[in-house]
Amino acid sequence: MTEPTLTVRFFARLREELETDRLQLPVTPGQTVGDILSELANRDGAWSQLKSGQPVMVAVNQAMAKPNTPVQAGDEVAFFPPVTGG
Amino acid sequence: MISIQTEDFDAGTEYEALRASGSGTGAILTFSGLVRDSGDLSGVTGLFLEHYPGMTEQVIQNLIDEASRRWSIRQVRVIHRVGQLALSDQIVFVGVCSAHRADAFAAGEFIMDALKTSVPFWKKEITGGAEHWVEQKASDRDRAQSWD
Repeated sequence: MTEPTLTVRFFARLREELETDRLQLPVTPGQTVGDILSELANRDGAWSQLKSGQPVMVAVNQAMAKPNTPVQAGDEVAFFPPVTGG
Repeated sequence: MISIQTEDFDAGTEYEALRASGSGTGAILTFSGLVRDSGDLSGVTGLFLEHYPGMTEQVIQNLIDEASRRWSIRQVRVIHRVGQLALSDQIVFVGVCSAHRADAFAAGEFIMDALKTSVPFWKKEITGGAEHWVEQKASDRDRAQSWD
């Protein structure tokens, strides 16, 4: 059986600084957006910027979400800097 | 109607399309945003714009739906460009038609304010020697929150 996973995407400055636009991560029952962010922030190098400082916005399945939003297998979670369109 | 595109657009053509929205239309508001030579940095020579395909279109549609609940508007057109843009290039077009001007003005301003703060687009300023991801402005957040 394959392990249940979700997709994590990064945009703009985060995509460039993390040198990653997409990750596949294992998902566990009860996991939230905040759990994923904490896990990624514990990685070495540029990932530690996720710990504090710069604000990060998050979407789950292409709708804005919050740290306590639950996630499940197959979800698409996206982290990105505050938006600057218009 | 919503278009996210790399190509330029013709504001006159868009205006004429809004004008053809029927004899109940008494007012058309159009706004165009252009690439300017200074932003977070001075000496800007161009912009790079990124978006989140799928989510960007959905969030704009939600904004148009919200504007349609709040004001009496007949038709909305939003065009936003992405990719590489040069100085004075057109970035964004918002057109709204309504029976009376107050609804078109308000809905157009509401949509533009939200485009700055809640729709997944990101601008990078390019200068002669540097690239810089634009920071979200507190003044833009304040304007967007004024509609809450």
